Amino acid sequence: MQMKTILEALFPNELEYHIDNSMIRGSADTKLGKVEIIGTVDSAAMNQLIAMTLANEILDVIAKGQKTPIVFIVDTMGQDSSRADELLCLNRTFAHLASCVDLLRRSAHPNIAIVLGEAVSGGFLSYGLMANQVFAMQSSQVKVMDLNAMSRVTKIPLDKLKSLSQTSAIFAPGVENYYAMGAVDDIWKELDGHLVENALESQLIHIDDFLTDDRRQVAEERKGRLLCNEIVQSVLTA
Amino acid sequence: MDNSHIQQSFYEKTARNRIASIVDKNSFQEVLKPGSIPVSPNLASLDIVGSFDDGVIIGQAKIQNEPVYMIAQEGKFMGGAVGEIHGAKIVGMLLKAIEEKPKAIIFLVDSGGVRLHEANAGLITISEIMRAMLKVRNAGIPIITVIGGTNGAFGGMGICACLSTHVIMTEEGRLALSGPEVIETIKGVEEFDSKDRALVWRVTGGKTRYLLDHVDFLVEDDIEDIKQGIVEALQQPAVDLDLDYLQQQQAALQSQYDQWFGEKDSIPIWQSMNIDNPESISMLSAQQIRAIKKG
Repeated sequence: MQMKTILEALFPNELEYHIDNSMIRGSADTKLGKVEIIGTVDSAAMNQLIAMTLANEILDVIAKGQKTPIVFIVDTMGQDSSRADELLCLNRTFAHLASCVDLLRRSAHPNIAIVLGEAVSGGFLSYGLMANQVFAMQSSQVKVMDLNAMSRVTKIPLDKLKSLSQTSAIFAPGVENYYAMGAVDDIWKELDGHLVENALESQLIHIDDFLTDDRRQVAEERKGRLLCNEIVQSVLTA
Repeated sequence: MDNSHIQQSFYEKTARNRIASIVDKNSFQEVLKPGSIPVSPNLASLDIVGSFDDGVIIGQAKIQNEPVYMIAQEGKFMGGAVGEIHGAKIVGMLLKAIEEKPKAIIFLVDSGGVRLHEANAGLITISEIMRAMLKVRNAGIPIITVIGGTNGAFGGMGICACLSTHVIMTEEGRLALSGPEVIETIKGVEEFDSKDRALVWRVTGGKTRYLLDHVDFLVEDDIEDIKQGIVEALQQPAVDLDLDYLQQQQAALQSQYDQWFGEKDSIPIWQSMNIDNPESISMLSAQQIRAIKKG
């Protein structure tokens, strides 16, 4: 499905947006009032400019003091790999972006991330995975790297990886695996004009709960990550 | 700097020895000692021999009699990369700090980032580390990160390192997102020749990161120097990650971008900072570099 079609289905009222340098900035009307739309499109390669611009947009929304909800759009192939970006410490700019999303959450703005196309490694870490909740299109691709590349890097035969990925959510790409491991709250199959506003509205009732990261407990319930919650608990009680 | 002692390399030590050499004598108490947790079943299913600590050592200790938490990644096990158990131990220690309020958390980072053998679990647990680090800082507890090991701090651990209150680097330590080898593979040797060690250090190394304000402390690869950096960092007040602070950070990032983005080597940047003989930076000691920055 095209991005335009998806956005029009999710935001039936007063949707406005523009796209520039693989970034989307816009707004729409919902039953909660205006919501801001901030994110990446076209499988953006996240670089200094994109990370800085997204952070700036978030800070501007917080500075207005209206507790306006933000919907993050995620479509990134991961970080751009370039010497110019690395020389100015791209990881630090990503950390800054993550800190801005954290401030947004602490400032009680309802917020969700919607994975439209791809969500890959560093690009996903810096903002999508920092949001209160992550929703993903069924057709989206969530991953660190594909199995071919993983086989090359780890020197584990592709066949072995393929057969293990049938039973384990731990390493193979796929939105279902990220759901099982607690990083995706729901996979959207049928789109309608209430999904976004309902999600944002239900956050309002218990907005402070999102300050506690419960992904490891969810992962345990969904049997996607079997050990992490137990290990964290044993450290806490040690 | 007192040069009368014999230099002891941090780079060459194991994670356990790094902890032991930094904290007050015999004060380290490991949490989740070897044997108390399972060896990674995720690695076992790939026929890889795991480690009893999954490549990270956590525990409580004292530095100059102040209670601190220690987290040390073992770079010799799978490049210090973060898998499910490894990440959960770090998250646990960070959350424990919020409850028990040590003076600080000392994080000895030595990692290439996500452990690809457990890619999804590694990525998500790095996200959990990021949120936990921010939560620790928002609770007023400083996180002091030291980067001086064989693997530096790359990928998701490069992001985590920059979420610390203070970062202490040695020249040997490297800090970036994509490693030079990765960039060379994707974009070609003209973009980044990963075998050109001098270039790698000029782009990702401690001196560049310190001179460009990406980290706050530059020290020699020497335990005493690193310890002194930690003690100095411990005395600094914690910063609130509020709107004012993040807006200042935003302005600083923007200003660096406007001035220098597009440069592919640090030498022209040092030149524009009016540093004399920028070519000689690689020959200078940490102390001399600190003197240049202080003007």
